[in-house]
Amino acid sequence: MTQHIWNILHSVKDPEIDSVSIVDLGMVNSIKQVEDTIVIELLPTFMGCPALDIIKGNVKKACKEELGTDLVEVNFVYSPPWTSDRLTEGGRDRLKEFGIAPPPKNFTGEEDWQIQCPYCDSPYTSMENLFGPTACRSILYCKQCKNPFEAMKPISTMM
Amino acid sequence: MKVNSPSDIPNPDYKKALLSLLYQLADDDFIIAYRGSEWLGLAPHIEEDVAFSSINQDTMGHATMFYQLLEDLGEGDQDYLAHGRKAAERKNAILLEEVNGPGHYLKEPDYDWAYAVVRHYFYTVAKKVKIDSLKNSSYEPLAEMAIKMNTELYYHLLHWKTWFIQLVNAGGEATSRMNNAIERVLNEFKGVLTLGPLGKEMTLMALIEGEENLTKRWELALQPVFQSTSLSFPPKVDMKKGNGRNGEHTTDLDTALETLSEVYNSNPAATW
Repeated sequence: MTQHIWNILHSVKDPEIDSVSIVDLGMVNSIKQVEDTIVIELLPTFMGCPALDIIKGNVKKACKEELGTDLVEVNFVYSPPWTSDRLTEGGRDRLKEFGIAPPPKNFTGEEDWQIQCPYCDSPYTSMENLFGPTACRSILYCKQCKNPFEAMKPISTMM
Repeated sequence: MKVNSPSDIPNPDYKKALLSLLYQLADDDFIIAYRGSEWLGLAPHIEEDVAFSSINQDTMGHATMFYQLLEDLGEGDQDYLAHGRKAAERKNAILLEEVNGPGHYLKEPDYDWAYAVVRHYFYTVAKKVKIDSLKNSSYEPLAEMAIKMNTELYYHLLHWKTWFIQLVNAGGEATSRMNNAIERVLNEFKGVLTLGPLGKEMTLMALIEGEENLTKRWELALQPVFQSTSLSFPPKVDMKKGNGRNGEHTTDLDTALETLSEVYNSNPAATW
């Protein structure tokens, strides 16, 4: 049953990045069955993210469509904290397809953040704005292929 | 001592100190995020508009989480806590409620960017110091939230520090306006650093470190920046207009609440 629900959650996409699922993003902390109710714990990426309520609604909707049940509880929890290392390899690839550079791995906040263009892989990029159209993204420019692009901000408990 | 959930709270004094701390944290973030949001469309350039609104959105998100903790402790619905409470019930520091400048954001805003940079920078440094301390709070739900908030604060700090150093070192009008703003902000900054009448109890219950420690660490965090900009160190803080932790506020808060809760008050029972 739990495996089946994981598969269903693969179909729930980030409302603002529609190629990446909440499983790819590492937002699913646990899936439990408590008596008749399915309890799903999600980790918010950024706390003020306005997409959270939409995601919650979409999870319930997907479960109802696939399982025919309303007995689904979706809770946001903060422990463990979501970090960008929770992205899956598949998730990193799909972010790139969408035009968003994935965050560096094992970021501590001390080192320079090297970002490669998601289109041409060039490291010859410049940061235009650390803050982008959503809380989790920055705006960059590739000096090689001359495309603007976005990058997902690294988030780590080492910062 | 570790308190894992509201049902674990050992005694009424613990709860009283915890509530007092949470109201301060929530109300501080709430009103500074609101003041920040009034800059939307008015910031010096478009990149700043994007960055500042992102920071305000994060900060409002943090306020929501603190109100959520209060709701979990039986203080009422979080929308009510944010929108429904009168000024006298609010515990935010007076500095954070002050207007951005003369005028109104819809009509002839004469807002001072220097004041915004200094207020937000000093506040973010103080918040970082508090959040670092809260990571070890005896109230586990608060400690967990602090760990998460810390990851977002990293970007806010980087942003305000860059503005602060560049403008202080720019010379001319920028430097003199920054110096004026620094003086104004420091005159009220003690109101941000104080933990209010129950501060001692908060420390005793291991909810957060004492305000003397927090103040020291706030100064230390600013030291390298002050020295690189030849500002005199340590900064002297005061609280000239009163202590918001006691519910003392200016009319700036009344007008802010009137504006920000206008929609909520049109129908408090509505679901948005």
